[in-house]
Amino acid sequence: MGSALASEDVYLRQTVRTAAKLLVVGHFAVGKTTFVGSLSEIKPLRTEETMTQAGALVDDLAGIEGKSTTTVAMDFGRLTLSDQLVLYLFGAPGQKRFTRLWQDMTQGALGALVLADTRRLDQSFDVMGLLEEHELPYAVAVNHFAGAPTYDDAEIREALDLLPETPLITCDARDRGSSTEALISLVQYLQVRNARRTSA
Amino acid sequence: MTPPRRERGLVRPYVVTGGRAYPTRNIFDLVTLVIAQHDRPLSGLGPEPRRLMELCRGGALSVAEVAGHLGLPVSVTKVLLGDLVDSGHIVTRAPIPEAQLPESQLLQEVLDGLRARL
Repeated sequence: MGSALASEDVYLRQTVRTAAKLLVVGHFAVGKTTFVGSLSEIKPLRTEETMTQAGALVDDLAGIEGKSTTTVAMDFGRLTLSDQLVLYLFGAPGQKRFTRLWQDMTQGALGALVLADTRRLDQSFDVMGLLEEHELPYAVAVNHFAGAPTYDDAEIREALDLLPETPLITCDARDRGSSTEALISLVQYLQVRNARRTSA
Repeated sequence: MTPPRRERGLVRPYVVTGGRAYPTRNIFDLVTLVIAQHDRPLSGLGPEPRRLMELCRGGALSVAEVAGHLGLPVSVTKVLLGDLVDSGHIVTRAPIPEAQLPESQLLQEVLDGLRARL
């Protein structure tokens, strides 16, 4: 911990006034941490939360021996986009039981990028369902893994039951340029939605 | 892949917060900016609030970053931050000054910033 803090880059520029938030979500081992890591200017940070909903800490106080608690990790990174603006990327698994974490993450978020793996497309449904529950717009980025089967966009759209307007992109989470382009596609989609909403 | 799990501290989170699960005020988003007030003495603060102040005296950070650097859950960090706002040790700044910045403008600035990185 101490070594990281030696660097001045740990802290935000004094001129920063606005912090925007995007989520990078998907099932276990889909590449969320890699994606955040390839874009972040800081060493990605991680926090862990004890999960038994709101009463977690109080439950601990009771000191019940051997009670199993679930912890969930959230990885996040930061990109300074201008003197005034920083963008935070939060990566977390999409499981329903992590409700409090999801409330924290989605509050004030502009949108989400769903990372998907063609070998396990069915595992993306949970996270897409959660985003829809929280009314958070999203784009889907297929993270290309070596040896994973490739499909036509139309096949992936059908398998994931995507709306025609939902962007579907391919990316390599290890590559900064590719990850940046995936975020650009997401933000362009958010702009279209925003324009539609404000003109309606 | 996911990096190895951080080792658990010796002190359980509820000890740090005196058993409280929620902060005294509900003003903290994950990206609320935290700014330390340098004129406040650290004497009288417990070990965790003192660590937090020492971290934040270096410059502004988001709530999530404070939690990450201290190795504490976000929920616990929010409780500590609430106390430190109450005592005047820190001030916070809302992530998005909404009155000045409509979402369309924010999205455009995010897009411009991302494109500039390519």
